[in-house]
Amino acid sequence: MAVKQISVFIQNKKGRLAKVSRLLADNGVYIRALSIADTQDFGILRLICEDVDKVNSILKEAGYLTTKTDVLVAAVKDDPGALAIIAEALRDADVSIEYVYELATVDNIVYLVVRVDDNQVAAAALAGAGIRTASEEEIFKL
Amino acid sequence: MSNYYQPEIETASVEEIKALQSEKLVKQVKHVYENVKYYRDLMDEKGVKPEDIKSVDDLHKLPFLTKADLRDAYPYGLLGTDLKNCVRIQSTSGTTGRRVVAFYTQKDVDLWEECCARAIVAAGGTNGDVCQVAYGYGLFTGGPGLNGGSHKVGCLTLPMSSGNTERQIQFMRDLHSTIICCTPSYAAYIGETLKEMGLTPDDIDLKAGIFGAEPWTEEMRRDIEKSLGIKAYDIYGLTETSGPGVSFECEEQTGMHINEDHFLAEIIDPETGEVLPEGSKGELVFTSLDKEAFPLLRYRTRDICVLSRKKCSCGRTLIKMSKPMGRSDDMLIIRGVNVFPSQIETVLLKEGYTSNYLIEVDREHNTDTLDVYVELTSEQFSDTVKEISAKEKALANAIKIMLGINPKVHLVAPKTITRSEGKAVRVIDKRKLHD
Repeated sequence: MAVKQISVFIQNKKGRLAKVSRLLADNGVYIRALSIADTQDFGILRLICEDVDKVNSILKEAGYLTTKTDVLVAAVKDDPGALAIIAEALRDADVSIEYVYELATVDNIVYLVVRVDDNQVAAAALAGAGIRTASEEEIFKL
Repeated sequence: MSNYYQPEIETASVEEIKALQSEKLVKQVKHVYENVKYYRDLMDEKGVKPEDIKSVDDLHKLPFLTKADLRDAYPYGLLGTDLKNCVRIQSTSGTTGRRVVAFYTQKDVDLWEECCARAIVAAGGTNGDVCQVAYGYGLFTGGPGLNGGSHKVGCLTLPMSSGNTERQIQFMRDLHSTIICCTPSYAAYIGETLKEMGLTPDDIDLKAGIFGAEPWTEEMRRDIEKSLGIKAYDIYGLTETSGPGVSFECEEQTGMHINEDHFLAEIIDPETGEVLPEGSKGELVFTSLDKEAFPLLRYRTRDICVLSRKKCSCGRTLIKMSKPMGRSDDMLIIRGVNVFPSQIETVLLKEGYTSNYLIEVDREHNTDTLDVYVELTSEQFSDTVKEISAKEKALANAIKIMLGINPKVHLVAPKTITRSEGKAVRVIDKRKLHD
């Protein structure tokens, strides 16, 4: 049930995010969700969007470093403790979480993007804890 | 005003010096030819025999020695005497292949220390002075050279070595140091620390400083002179030729007098190797005249400078060299360490990076900084900061192992390092060392 994510390497300099987002905008790319990790020198822009391969080639042609990663999207009730349930299930299965960010909250369900070191083990652990993972189809219909 | 350590040499006429140099050169060439196979082969290849060298006018017939020769001959290939006659080794800090290891007999050490003594006396030093040596001690030639020179002059010598700046200042105050010897950047740092401690130049007794081992500007000189209340003198040397004391500044501060009785200097065109007339800007070449253990004939320093016999107000007749104005190779001196961009490139390629890199050298709080910008490749890119940071760290560590100094590594996006049409710009030196 993994979802494709594109990560783009960008320099941590004024105007770089504007440049890459303009490129995506001009190519009609709709960004369903994103997160940015930043360091003093560089940032990693992570995107969830449709037609990953097309977006990937647009970025690559423009000279960007990109990488495609499979991430999980966990869907849980938007209540206090939602993140705790997910994190604990993964911890109990000895899965390391690299990062988590929110994709959307719809109808009292919060969709969290979870990047782990082992998707298969993680998906099974989440399922075991009664946590549903959303498919690519589902998230673009939200 | 004018004090000399060895006036008979320092104020000799040009004719006297040339006669002395010629006499010594003939002997030195013979010594090298008989004892150093490496150089004998070079001479044979060029068809030059020791008998062809009758005076300094024949010097141009001899083949050059370069740093590459030193590397090929490492460690014993250029030894001019049996190891059992040697008493000392000094070395540059460079690692694999680039390290220079020099050998000394007791006579070599004595002559080297005399050269340093001349520098101390030229800076006003006498046996009434307290000379604080804050150059590093050890393999580095700075500490041992000035320490020996200070002894020869009869100064009360404080062998502090570098570092522990507050303690340096404490000793300076308690024991009334009058002369300090260290790198110019360390002198500037001592000046800053003095101020931070709420002290002024009036709180110390320093009158002179002898600073070398790295390039520095007139602006730095003025800053140091002001912050420490001293007159700052430059000193030049390289491990290959023994260490500091090859040349030194007098109170005129308009260049460094070369100890011509021990080192024969030439200026050549770095491209053609042709000897240039006095006053021309070119690469400095040294021939040792008295060395027993590590004699070097026509050693190319790669330092670009100018020689001048213009009359000096100090009374010394020894030829003067300008501060080096640059290099005829791409060597950088960072925190006193010799760095070649190619060394960094070697590490990059070994670690799986491309050769698209940029080295940026700057000076922050009087300490040199080294930043290396490297383009990340798509194989190396990952979506987690953790992995990219680990790569930066691993690369910085590999460079540190190679150079002995810590760089800051920045991984950058592809094609962000400017490519020029012809020769790639690999180094940006922001220190503005040559003003």
